[in-house]
Amino acid sequence: MDSGNIAWVLVSAALVLFMTPGLAFFYGGMDRNRNVLNMLMMNFYCVLVVPIVWVGVGFSLSQTPFDNDFIGGFDSFFLKDITVAGDGMSLAVVAFLGMFAAITPALISGAVADRMKFSAWAIFVPVWSLLVYVPVFKWVYGGWLGQRGSIDFAGGTAIHVNAGIAALAAVLVLGRRQSAPTPPHSMPLVMIGTGILWFGWFGFNAGSALAANGTAVQAFMNTFLAAAAAGLVWVLIEWLRDGHPTNLGAASGIVTGLVAITPAAGYVSGPSPIFIGVIAGVSGCYAVRLKHKFGYDDALDVVGVHFVGGLVGSLLIGFFANPSFFDGAFMEGLFYGGDAKLLLEQAIANGAAIVWSFALTYGIMVALKKTIGVRVSEESESGGLDLAEHGETAYHG
Amino acid sequence: MKLITAIVKPFKLDDVKDALRAANVQGMTVSEVRGFGRQGGHSETYRGAEYKIDFVPKVRLELVVDDSGVDAVVAAIKSSASTGKIGDGKIWVTSVDRLVRIRTGEEGPDAI
Amino acid sequence: MKLITAILKPFKLDDVKDALKAAGVQGMTVSEVRGFGRQGGHTETYRGAEYKIDFVPKVRFELVVDDGVVDSVIAAIKAAASTGKIGDGKIWVTGVDRIIRIRTGEEGHDAV
Repeated sequence: MDSGNIAWVLVSAALVLFMTPGLAFFYGGMDRNRNVLNMLMMNFYCVLVVPIVWVGVGFSLSQTPFDNDFIGGFDSFFLKDITVAGDGMSLAVVAFLGMFAAITPALISGAVADRMKFSAWAIFVPVWSLLVYVPVFKWVYGGWLGQRGSIDFAGGTAIHVNAGIAALAAVLVLGRRQSAPTPPHSMPLVMIGTGILWFGWFGFNAGSALAANGTAVQAFMNTFLAAAAAGLVWVLIEWLRDGHPTNLGAASGIVTGLVAITPAAGYVSGPSPIFIGVIAGVSGCYAVRLKHKFGYDDALDVVGVHFVGGLVGSLLIGFFANPSFFDGAFMEGLFYGGDAKLLLEQAIANGAAIVWSFALTYGIMVALKKTIGVRVSEESESGGLDLAEHGETAYHG
Repeated sequence: MKLITAIVKPFKLDDVKDALRAANVQGMTVSEVRGFGRQGGHSETYRGAEYKIDFVPKVRLELVVDDSGVDAVVAAIKSSASTGKIGDGKIWVTSVDRLVRIRTGEEGPDAI
Repeated sequence: MKLITAILKPFKLDDVKDALKAAGVQGMTVSEVRGFGRQGGHTETYRGAEYKIDFVPKVRFELVVDDGVVDSVIAAIKAAASTGKIGDGKIWVTGVDRIIRIRTGEEGHDAV
């Protein structure tokens, strides 16, 4: 029993919870002023419904027994047999992982902004959580992908690639918004959200050591450096390419760097997080333009930031993983004496997550479309979702 | 010269602007205002208490045009701002006695 | 009586207010508006996508004055608001049929 470990995991759990409101502000500020409350509510709804689903069945199906290949079991439904014996760590881990389960579907909200029916979202979130998040999480942590040797420290594959590709599938079913995209309605709100996300991400990554130890400290440092490096390069590219260093560029770079370092946080050291941040920042800065080329309406760039950032970070583990630094039982990356085996496993793990998540998400969205419908009326879309869906308006004169 | 003032639905602003541009209008001023008319407002319920929001967001457009351009401009606004639903707004025309372009000091129709 | 409306560059607000005060103007109403004219707008680039911002921030002055001072008020606004650059704005004058001071009920010239 170590009270230091348990204290750090509890604090980290609270830090991760705080990321969902942070994400809500990050997205809400980018959205138009008559849809901002809908965006906030799509995010907050995730921390209302997912904890119940998680404690009820999600945790058990995704973790116990730990060594199952594809799916867990019923042993821990509704916290059955999870006690606070010893230091209470087993219960703390359920809470900590529950925060991750809550923010993952919230990431998708940025893609479907401005047009998705809230009733459809209300069903989508718990269903997606169980059919997509839970199995992929199981495969990566303890299941067949993890057993093959792929690694994912805090959720690059299980969370960001998973939600990022789901966002693409969701918008392909949902269709384009009827009116042209608008610039962010409140950049200060975006920057507040970015600050909260970065702050919370220290819990997300360093907390994933599940202990107050050296790995947690290195993960903390990596989280610090990768975000800074990615934000810096994004701003520099914009400055040179588009003429101005923008706040949104800084925010986008920071978040992309945080996403990219997530899978690698406890496996890389020294200057590696800076290289990972730089590569992720450059990738994200160009990836957010793909939607204009291919025509999918990913409103707030969930694909460009989360899918691409997560994939880049996860694959870069194949180059930068440094087990000797951590005294860890994972394979070496190419730059640290390893062969291409780890890179290959990272590719297989992400490929499996991409195929499952895309196919299931597409199916869920089509099922919703054919039953209750997924889009608000044209009138609600033009007049704003805040009033039409929630009966509230954000800015009273 | 006439001053044309129009109160329209906010999400129609871009359509109206494009229509006016196509009608060769050189400039206009817009402001965010709130309107109270037949459209009525709506009520919002917070913690069980209902608040009547009588005024709904509107955009006010103002532009000064030559007498001869009035009909075309009114027609452009009408067709681009119309949704056929209550609350589409109003257009009115008032006479302008004098118009000055500040930079050049030009007056009258030259200043439009 | 005349209503003088002027659309000006926002940073000229204080200069114009001071000039009008010096010209003996007792009151005025100012609002924040957006204008679209020869000055054109600008583009903002977010995540590599360009958004054309057609409307630029402006302030609108409105004041009701006696017929006799229209020329001097226009001259004061012109002098104070001019930068010589495009986008300095416009002034227009419309007739006022009736004016009332709410507190006293005074009408016409006395209410100006």
